Amino acid sequence: MIPGRMSSSLGGRSTRLVVAIAALLCAISTGFALNLPALTGRVVDQANIIQPATRSAIEQKLADLEVKSGIQIAVATVTSLEGQDIEPYANELFRSWKLGEKTKNNGVLLLVAPNEHRVRIEVGYGLEGTLTDALSKVIIANAITPHFKAGDFSGGVSRGVDDIITVLTTDSSEWQQRPSLRLDNQQTTDPASWLLLSALIFLITLLIVSRTFRWLFFNTLLNILVSSGGARGGGFSSGGNYGGGGGFSGGGGSSGGGGASGSW
Amino acid sequence: MRMSLARIGGFIAAISLALTVAGCGYNTIPTLEEQAKAKWGDVQNNYQRRADLIPNLVATVQGYAKQEREVLTAVIEARAKATQTKVDVSQLTDPEKVKQFQDAQNQLTGALGRLIAISENYPDLKSNQNFLALQSQLEGTENRIAVARRDYIEAVRVYNTELRTFPGIIWANTFFRGNKPMAEFTASENSDKPPQVKF
Repeated sequence: MIPGRMSSSLGGRSTRLVVAIAALLCAISTGFALNLPALTGRVVDQANIIQPATRSAIEQKLADLEVKSGIQIAVATVTSLEGQDIEPYANELFRSWKLGEKTKNNGVLLLVAPNEHRVRIEVGYGLEGTLTDALSKVIIANAITPHFKAGDFSGGVSRGVDDIITVLTTDSSEWQQRPSLRLDNQQTTDPASWLLLSALIFLITLLIVSRTFRWLFFNTLLNILVSSGGARGGGFSSGGNYGGGGGFSGGGGSSGGGGASGSW
Repeated sequence: MRMSLARIGGFIAAISLALTVAGCGYNTIPTLEEQAKAKWGDVQNNYQRRADLIPNLVATVQGYAKQEREVLTAVIEARAKATQTKVDVSQLTDPEKVKQFQDAQNQLTGALGRLIAISENYPDLKSNQNFLALQSQLEGTENRIAVARRDYIEAVRVYNTELRTFPGIIWANTFFRGNKPMAEFTASENSDKPPQVKF
């Protein structure tokens, strides 16, 4: 395609059509091979090892932490790691749930796999300096695995969460009263609206310039109006609804593999 | 009157076409290329982080296992070689350079594995707090390296695919003729597992 003087001739129009179709085909999609549990809440107890009372208490603590500092901690227990090591599994789950804010990457995942006897704390990029690998290891070794060895999963998870929160809130750089700006969602310009805008400009230009097109356009419009018998209401509903109003959803953060694992 | 209007119309049409096209595909190839380069930066940073842990590790082990001179020297030498072998982002399309980098890092991985293995024989060393902290840091770094490698391999795959498939191939053959596919990282057999010493 040689860029040049494009007129509203048939050649220009069909090229644009090809380009528009190509734009639709440009999308690349990826999919996960693993059967990861869905983010139904801050504590996802797929393996059913945490007692309900403990679970509510933990959820409350985690919700409070997020309100105070924006840090998103999630706890997950899985029945099976599906043959994977806990490290890649935890990383995939963390990225699938997108824990932590997108710009800060302040998420933490505590993953327990009771059938494989493995536990892991996966730390988001932004918190690696505070919740270091060494500290994660210490938390696992001192607070979590001793309880797990005794069969006390609720206690182990609860103590682990407490220690993680302590580490994150003791360092005041992570613990700051969040200003209410947090509720504003930054809208970034996406290619779809780009395309729409330029398509609109093109349409208007054609209408101005070409008498034939004007005739075609209004004729079609008239036919549609006549056939539907009356005015048609319409409108675009754009924008997405990110997560339910009262539900918990990830903020778009990611992890690079920081943290530590343990077994019992 | 209509003539000049048509010319203006044609001009506007050309601009809006250019915008549409920019929104579609022209930006894709440079964007993907930059993403892949950024991921490579992450890979190198994590490998460097590992290299930075080693002097401390060697010093700690030497305190308890001085007689294991061979293993310690092997680690020091492998580290020196690994830090010297760097791949600049402009060299990512050269498979030879990438392979050299990988081989140097794999050698260091092997030497580190042997060091950790021999430290099993020294109970005082195993219970040393500094050594334990270093070991967990090393494990963490190895995991980060594994994640960064996976991200890089994926970014390269996406970029190379875009160069070869429709509609990227149109752009690749017109405006981006100088863009070559990036070299793949050849994953070694046990790249995601810590090195094991076999007797």
